[in-house]
Amino acid sequence: MRYSGLKVIKEALTGHKGWRPTWRNPEPKARYDVVIIGGGGHGLATAYYLAKNHGITNIAVVEKGWIGGGNVGRNTTIVRSNYLLDGNGPFYEMSLKLWEGLEQDFNYNAMVSQRGILNLVHSDAQRDAARRRGNAMILNGSGAELLDAKGVRAMYPFLNFDSARFPIKGGLLHRRGGTVRHDAVAWGYARGADLRGVDIIQNCEVTGFRIENGKCLGVETSKGFIGASKVASCVAGSSSRVMEKAGMRLPIESHVLQAFVTEGLKPVLDGVITFGAGHFYCSQSDKGGLVFGGDLDGYNSYAQRGNLPVFEDVVEGGMALIPALGRVRVLRSWGGIVDMSMDGSPFIDKTHIDGLYFNGGWCYGGFKATPASGWCYAHLLATGQPHDVATDFRLDRFRHGGMIDEKGQGAQPNLH
Amino acid sequence: MIINHPILGPRDAQEFIYLGDAALIDRPDWQADNAAEAFHDYLYLRDNPAGQHRELWFHEQGDRSWLVVTRNTVTHDILNVELARDVARARGRSK
Ligand SMILES: Cc1cc2nc3c(=O)[nH]c(=O)nc-3n(C[C@H](O)[C@H](O)[C@H](O)COP(=O)(O)OP(=O)(O)OC[C@H]3O[C@@H](n4cnc5c(N)ncnc54)[C@H](O)[C@@H]3O)c2cc1C
Repeated sequence: MRYSGLKVIKEALTGHKGWRPTWRNPEPKARYDVVIIGGGGHGLATAYYLAKNHGITNIAVVEKGWIGGGNVGRNTTIVRSNYLLDGNGPFYEMSLKLWEGLEQDFNYNAMVSQRGILNLVHSDAQRDAARRRGNAMILNGSGAELLDAKGVRAMYPFLNFDSARFPIKGGLLHRRGGTVRHDAVAWGYARGADLRGVDIIQNCEVTGFRIENGKCLGVETSKGFIGASKVASCVAGSSSRVMEKAGMRLPIESHVLQAFVTEGLKPVLDGVITFGAGHFYCSQSDKGGLVFGGDLDGYNSYAQRGNLPVFEDVVEGGMALIPALGRVRVLRSWGGIVDMSMDGSPFIDKTHIDGLYFNGGWCYGGFKATPASGWCYAHLLATGQPHDVATDFRLDRFRHGGMIDEKGQGAQPNLH
Repeated sequence: MIINHPILGPRDAQEFIYLGDAALIDRPDWQADNAAEAFHDYLYLRDNPAGQHRELWFHEQGDRSWLVVTRNTVTHDILNVELARDVARARGRSK
């Protein structure tokens, strides 16, 4: 079934009786060429690109809950390509280019909206840092503009420009950044993979690996053993728990990140604003709710919920930046478990166990990476070689001094 | 979360700075033959368990002591609080 505007009109006129389930719900086969653990954005994208780019279709995506129930359905939907370091820049730029063509590619409305991201600047030092980052972005082909206070005022006159603590002096504008409807990304990739023959197996938890003589032969699951030539872990916040079953310790800590959404409002904010100094960022969803967030809670957690002090800190940041928010009611808040790596950058790599691969360490920023992560992981699985833009995302990089530490924080995951 | 400080009694977790796994107390021997390997594991690898976790918290806005807090990472329940000093001494780490 192809989706189109015409199809929507036809269905509207005929009582919406022609829609079909978007993917099958098969039972697992005894064996696959590739078993992907985790039906989040990255796992589903990996299956899609394995099938589409490499013609490998005998694949299962094994998901312990329902697809899209993890971070891909919990994030604040921001996509951007504004990285500073060489290990990251080309990868995220490739991801943004894939976002730009994604909906046509997988024939699904993911509501990709390049509404622009503005990082605010409050001091000379921050302006210097923004200029440097902007230059790196321009070199990577991502585009960047440095605005002065007047430029920011023309875009968002309602911000608190003259706060004593953080007066707004300008901002770094990334026009090609924006937001994407997060669950539609999971659904679109799931549909695209399913159409090409991939089995998406939900409510099936991987409980262990079968490893013999240094080779991974498949996974033990709540639906029994599933054999595989290649097993590809892709479980974000659960990375340490899953890889522990293969006897591995990872350079990762799991932390909780919260997000919040307000009641629906008339259009007020047409882009994304980040107020790093105040630990607050915000956009407005197409339904009208302001979607916002801030920092990690800061301690190891698998709870998928945070605590009130960070909530308070985030809304204080919001009030400091946009005083008009004061009367808006918050409707919902939630948390997701993010896989914070030791340098704040991800991994797409083989492991020391033959046939076992690892993708993780996406921290609080892996949604934007979804297309490129799937593309590069599929490339690694199919060819045995890392993709050109992902050569630095190695699991053993700390051994060789190959950290990719955008913030320069060192091995302290809760500060990245 | 409320941390029951051994000296000061119950304190709001917001008064503390979180460092991470209490295994960081056990700094490897820099003169050992496997020092490079041991420091790699010490600095960069973590158990990261779901469940009980012993971790270091610093009472920055209080008496500036380091604590070893045993906490459940799934429920956020705090199960035990010790002075890091006592924990280190019990391992023969200091005079
Ligand atoms: C509150 C919040 C806000 C965020 N905001 C942004 C943002 O604005 N921009 C951005 O780029 N990124 C953002 N992120 C980060 C981003 O959401 C993640 O980095 C990314 O979604 C992780 O990849 P994923 O989609 O594959 O993960 P997930 O969707 O978490 O997928 C992992 C899947 O693995 C499954 N799984 C786990 N264990 C097992 C097992 N044993 N067996 C089988 N399946 C298993 C889980 O159920 C889950 O479905 C945010 C994250 C959070 C929590």
